[in-house]
Amino acid sequence: MFVDLFHFNYTLGVVMSGAFILGISSGLLSSFAVLRQQSLLGDVISHAAFPGITLAFLWMMAKDPLGLFLGAIISGWLGTLFVHAIVRYTSLTHDAAFGIVLSVFFGLGIVLLSYIQQTPSSEKAGLNSFLFGSASTILFQDLITMGVFCLIIIIFIILFWKEFKLLAFDPNFMNSLGFPVVKLDILLTMLLVMAIVLGLQMVGVVLMSAMMIAPAAAARQWTSHLGFTVLLSGFFGLLAGVIGTLFSNYIPHLSTGPMIVVVVSLFVIVSLLFAPHRGLIWNWIQTYYYRSNIRANSMLMNMLLFSETQTDPYHCHQLSALSAIGRGPALRAMHELKRQQFVRNPEGDLWGFTKRGYQKAQRLQATLFKDDHGY
Amino acid sequence: MGIEQLYIIILACIVAASCSLCGVYLILRRLALISDAISHSVLLGIVCAFFLVHDLNSPILILGATITGVFMVFLTELLISSKRLKKDASIGLVFPLFFSVSILLINLFAGDIHLDQDAVLLGEIAFTPFRLLSLWGLNLGPVSLWVMGGILLLNIGFVLGFYKELKLCTFDRGLAAMLGFFPTYIHYALMSLVSVTAVGAFESVGAILVVALMIVPPASAYLLSRRLSHMIGLSVLFGILSSLLGYFMAFYINVSIAGSMAVMTGVLFGFVFIFSPSQGVLIKFLRYHKQRLRFSANMLLIQLFDHEGTDTEKTENTFSNLVIHMKWSYRFANTVVAYALQHGFINRVDDYLSLTSLGREKARHVSVMDT
Repeated sequence: MFVDLFHFNYTLGVVMSGAFILGISSGLLSSFAVLRQQSLLGDVISHAAFPGITLAFLWMMAKDPLGLFLGAIISGWLGTLFVHAIVRYTSLTHDAAFGIVLSVFFGLGIVLLSYIQQTPSSEKAGLNSFLFGSASTILFQDLITMGVFCLIIIIFIILFWKEFKLLAFDPNFMNSLGFPVVKLDILLTMLLVMAIVLGLQMVGVVLMSAMMIAPAAAARQWTSHLGFTVLLSGFFGLLAGVIGTLFSNYIPHLSTGPMIVVVVSLFVIVSLLFAPHRGLIWNWIQTYYYRSNIRANSMLMNMLLFSETQTDPYHCHQLSALSAIGRGPALRAMHELKRQQFVRNPEGDLWGFTKRGYQKAQRLQATLFKDDHGY
Repeated sequence: MGIEQLYIIILACIVAASCSLCGVYLILRRLALISDAISHSVLLGIVCAFFLVHDLNSPILILGATITGVFMVFLTELLISSKRLKKDASIGLVFPLFFSVSILLINLFAGDIHLDQDAVLLGEIAFTPFRLLSLWGLNLGPVSLWVMGGILLLNIGFVLGFYKELKLCTFDRGLAAMLGFFPTYIHYALMSLVSVTAVGAFESVGAILVVALMIVPPASAYLLSRRLSHMIGLSVLFGILSSLLGYFMAFYINVSIAGSMAVMTGVLFGFVFIFSPSQGVLIKFLRYHKQRLRFSANMLLIQLFDHEGTDTEKTENTFSNLVIHMKWSYRFANTVVAYALQHGFINRVDDYLSLTSLGREKARHVSVMDT
């Protein structure tokens, strides 16, 4: 089977190239969407594009890829305009406007789809694949359209790199510098719409939004540099696209869209847990280390306090007298200290300093209470 | 109209009413998109519970779906609190994963499960009359009508029973916590209610159109009301109205019922958006023009007042000067002069304009020089 997996054939080549293009374009633009906190706009645009596809089909009565793309782009763009209008003219918030546009546009799309299904056209069958995506319906002519749009996206990102960077981080500063912020905002949103529409056939309307968030969310964990984030997110998108399509190609009945989303979500989970510096696992380990260190130090300080009341600083005390932090944590801290030979435990519940521990406690006190001694 | 159609209409109204009830609080708490997330993730619960009990009518399905809905909300909030991702990205990441996994499970076990992808998105409200509940040989009507009716009662009970708590926690969370209510519990109770409602409505209208019924009618009501009780009443009304209109639209042009209902919520919202007496686009447009006219008339009066009795009065206080001096278009100048004439502020003799005593007083009143 593995020989078969990598055996090149024409259909697979087309599908892989499609996944490649989709991954790159959505990965690149998702960084900007996530940074500008417009992640959910992707959800709105992809749903809003659906009636555009069905209307374009009704208009042409054929599945011409360019026509469908243009229909989707126009209606996705209209959706964002409605969002802006609702937020601007009423006191409703962004999320309400998102919900309204998303669901009503999608409803319209469903109505049109059910209308198309009554018509006698022979090509109508493929329209369903826009809902959950289907790799197998990608044709060579779709690929050309996708490739052209992807190239446009890449060229614009390179040309307007500086402007988009500024737009993502500090639009107010940008405005003060005299850049046409509104126009650039429109341009970036337009590119976002294009990237979303590109992926619709493969990932589907319903799940395309995840592709506009997940690659960037994963990439963001590994680096804090915008250039690297964008590149890495493009790479993650591409990888998820290719792996997801391969799976759905070789396991019968699997929809492509959900498969790609599952793969890209796994990337996010792994990145969230294991990425250096920001990864949650490292964070937990570090927190545990700091916490036990602080506990051990506080035990040492308590023992020092006790030792000052005795003539013999190495006198042993009961654990219950020493601990204010509860018996369990105190015992763990003491065992750790014993392992490092700072304390000794001659019998049962009695604990006392070793010579090394006494010195360390005194050093600790010196650093902690510097001011008391007039340093 | 046959009994089947009546069943569908009644079910549509019940679904719309229960969705609107919890939707009101989602809009007010700015959680509108949580409904989208929940309605997608309940599917995972339905699918998993189905594998356990192998019965699509089992109440276990509703329980499982509710649990996954609430679990999704919990996971999202956990992700937000980890501070690795912003709020919007966290919401947008969790539910697609849940939804994808459930679609893949449906794909893989398509033979075993009576749920296909289209049903997930569109619901099966048209099949309502075919699944009847019968007990001891008695025909009690469609199953979904009973289930959804129960959910509606639950919604009404929750909203009425916890009216005060919900109101306080929605509008002033801090005060609610201070007074000893538990905003977090209320929040999760509301999320469970949204999940239950989403599961019930899911079967009828599908995952995405639940959002239309939950968000759009309350949003329309929000634009028309200033009181919570009015908003609740209006949104239920809007919900029922749009489901009725949607049903008839679907019936006459023979298209998807659920889709038509969603479109009708949008049409009603569009009407309110344009014609709302307080926030409508139309009223704002009219108000803007009225203000502009009033302001320009004041400008005109000040201009006339300033030059009254000076040497240049004959050239300055003329209609043709307005076009040059004020940079008004000929048409707009005409409108302003007509407005001033109508209110008795000025007299006009051919091109020459002069103030009446009322106009002089008004000019003095609005003039900056007077103060």
